[in-house]
Amino acid sequence: MSNSSDVIVVGAGVIGAACAYYAACSGLSVTVVDRGPVAAGTTGAGEGNLLVSDKEPGPELELALLSATLWRELAQELPARIEYEAKGGLVVASDATGMAELRKFAETQAGAGVTAEEIPPGRLHDLEPHLAPGLGGGFHYPQDAQVQPALATAHLLRASGARVRTGEEVTAVLTGPHGKVRGVRTAAGDLHAPYVVNAAGTWGGEVAWLAGAHLPVLPRRGFVLVTEPLPRLVRHKVYASDYVSGVASGSAALQTSVVVEGTPAGPVLIGGSRERVGFDRTLSVEALRRLAAQATMLFPVLAGVRAMRTYAGFRPYLPDHLPAIGTDPRVPGLLHACGHEGAGIGLAPATGLVVARLLTGDQPPLDVGPFRPGRFAPAA
Amino acid sequence: MPTSPSEPYDLAVIGAGPAGLAGAVTAGELGLSVALLDAAGTTGGQYFRHPAPGLGAARPQALHHDWAAFAALRRRLGASGVTHLAHHHVWTVQRQDDGPWTAHALTGAEGDTPVRVRARAILLAAGAYERQLPFPGWTLPGVVGAGGAQAMLKSGLVLPGQRVVVAGSGPLLLAVASSLATAGAHVPAVIEASGYLGYAHRPLTLVANPHKLLEAAVHGTALLRHRIPLRTRSAVTEVHGTDRVEAVTVSRLDRDWRPLPGTGRRIACDALAVGHGLLPRTELATGLGCATRRAPDGTHALALGDLQETSVPGLWAAGETGGIGGWQLACAEGELAGIAVAARLRGLPALTGSRRVRDLARRRDRMRAFADTMAAAHAPGPGWTGWLTDATDVCRCEEVTVGGIREAVTGLGARDTRTVKLLTRAGMGWCQGRMCGTAVACLAAAGTEQGTVPPSAERRPLAVPVPLGALADQPAENDRTS
Repeated sequence: MSNSSDVIVVGAGVIGAACAYYAACSGLSVTVVDRGPVAAGTTGAGEGNLLVSDKEPGPELELALLSATLWRELAQELPARIEYEAKGGLVVASDATGMAELRKFAETQAGAGVTAEEIPPGRLHDLEPHLAPGLGGGFHYPQDAQVQPALATAHLLRASGARVRTGEEVTAVLTGPHGKVRGVRTAAGDLHAPYVVNAAGTWGGEVAWLAGAHLPVLPRRGFVLVTEPLPRLVRHKVYASDYVSGVASGSAALQTSVVVEGTPAGPVLIGGSRERVGFDRTLSVEALRRLAAQATMLFPVLAGVRAMRTYAGFRPYLPDHLPAIGTDPRVPGLLHACGHEGAGIGLAPATGLVVARLLTGDQPPLDVGPFRPGRFAPAA
Repeated sequence: MPTSPSEPYDLAVIGAGPAGLAGAVTAGELGLSVALLDAAGTTGGQYFRHPAPGLGAARPQALHHDWAAFAALRRRLGASGVTHLAHHHVWTVQRQDDGPWTAHALTGAEGDTPVRVRARAILLAAGAYERQLPFPGWTLPGVVGAGGAQAMLKSGLVLPGQRVVVAGSGPLLLAVASSLATAGAHVPAVIEASGYLGYAHRPLTLVANPHKLLEAAVHGTALLRHRIPLRTRSAVTEVHGTDRVEAVTVSRLDRDWRPLPGTGRRIACDALAVGHGLLPRTELATGLGCATRRAPDGTHALALGDLQETSVPGLWAAGETGGIGGWQLACAEGELAGIAVAARLRGLPALTGSRRVRDLARRRDRMRAFADTMAAAHAPGPGWTGWLTDATDVCRCEEVTVGGIREAVTGLGARDTRTVKLLTRAGMGWCQGRMCGTAVACLAAAGTEQGTVPPSAERRPLAVPVPLGALADQPAENDRTS
């Protein structure tokens, strides 16, 4: 097997897979390398949220809207097993005040191309029969969708035709004259390519450091509770209005704003805890308690349902909550595609497309200025 | 005894089998306040499982050669002041900074009442569960675990069938066959996949453990008395039947457990008791980051210090959680741990320098050496997957077949249990991979050709399912038990 390709993608998560897929579609030969298995990091710990509903107008929403379109296309091209579901999201408010805030938020989103339909309290149960009584109403976002992230990643990788080298940790980024990237070193040997894409997610800061670049990616832990398999109790992605503020917050302390959703396989997923505690996988009973309390408040029927398992994941978090997508200002040939926090599954296709366009020298599909990796360069 | 109710126990012991009993009794007798938690209603664990009193069994000891030892432990427990918390299902153990530990459990008639038990030290004695390897037809009614068959006999005196083939690997098979035959079943054959030759490589270890020879002799005599043939280097490679087991095919195996073509022989039976040894139940400890070691039988056991402490200070372990080794080893380890905890909490390091501790440690090391020899002899050979077909179910909960897993491995790049699980759902069901984990790991390893991925330690942060209502409704933390 040749050790040369047009581009090396570091990271076999959903972002790396999307970069490989769109780069291959552009005619490039791609090698994907990861120290672990496919989807072993944050991707495998995600719920597969493809959300526009939780994003305020701005660059991330643009990326999410483009991604939503691309995911619909991918759902046609990839096998049905990726479990793409255009199920829509339902954001609920506990009272009239919360409802007024949701209304204001939805109005600002409307100008950016987000569809949202107001659901008065009396109609909530048409959409979600098992919701608690007495809620203030909600907004239905038909563009929200869901995918099984690990399967989507594996199938994107397979469809890309990229060479996938799992279990090979990158130990150095190789550079030539003028510091230009010419490949990576792994325990199994050197791999050569004129471009290296850093799609290492929460560990993207380490890969950047290997290349002599700077990217302050930090882990933000989240737990997901998985219930026993159930008949379809929850039809949409349902979350409470404070989820949006939780996503946007930078606080290190534990916050929970629950998202509840059913899956084609039967279990209900409950997620939405956020805390900055490094890479600590230890179970937090308090995080689980809050998730369970909020989920059973939204859906009282869940109180008697058993959680079968739980797992922690680490969202790759950058200080301004925007991903880093684009060329590194200091290392020619190095591109970054990481730091998508909790939205990586949703933002993957657009990220991959942007990276592919940059690699081929074409015009990116949207303004990538806000995602410039150089924005974190330490002051000289 | 200490204390106001708001004070934590000195020690919480999780598991009331031989290891936990010995640990709790020892610590209690040394003056510690001890809580002994177990999911069952009575002490004894799997090994000393016995009928509930209501069943009116007159002589539970009939199925136990070592009943006197258990009776003695039970008597000491009664006198020791240990608080026995029966029907407590521990789902996680946590520690806040350097404060006391909290064991989170479920109890009550429905098993949905949350309880917290706080303690300054934890002794994990959670035992083991049976290792299963799938084969075509293993989901048919009438196929039961070998350990399960033994448990049925010990607790309810029920036979899985009239004509029961016993198969798999490990010393438990002899005990099961002898119990089944004694209880009146016909056992056409015991089918053992290994050659039993592994023992011969370590004759000194055998000589140093005469009680093990005695045990084998007892079971061997029972097999002879009931005229049960023992076939080594053989395996049940298929089960036949429509609604339930009607017959099994037994094939010869090569040294790597690969079935030899053309050697299949049918044996008529109405039940099959099958097991391939035991797996340490370690999830409460691995969830806390405790280091594990790879035992010679391929299982992951907790890595323990000389005095049974795990790599996490304040958390001790004894018995099968530290490697499969049987009830006598478990008792020795439990006692050692009990002494070590008392020495630590009371600030009396001299306790661990006693002659008793030296003797116990010596016995433990000797029995561990024997257990490792036996484990190596019964470790599944890599060729066992040769008896699978693509249609064989591997994960019974989620109905994932061998073919589905092989596709994830060859087509989607899965190289380890966790990735197979993510891509196929194998191991996501009710048993959380306890039944299929070994098989999935073997099938995933078949995909490693370039760059092997180290096996990921199995993580089960919830040791048992927890109702969301119970999770949401955590009691206040101001009681020893609340």
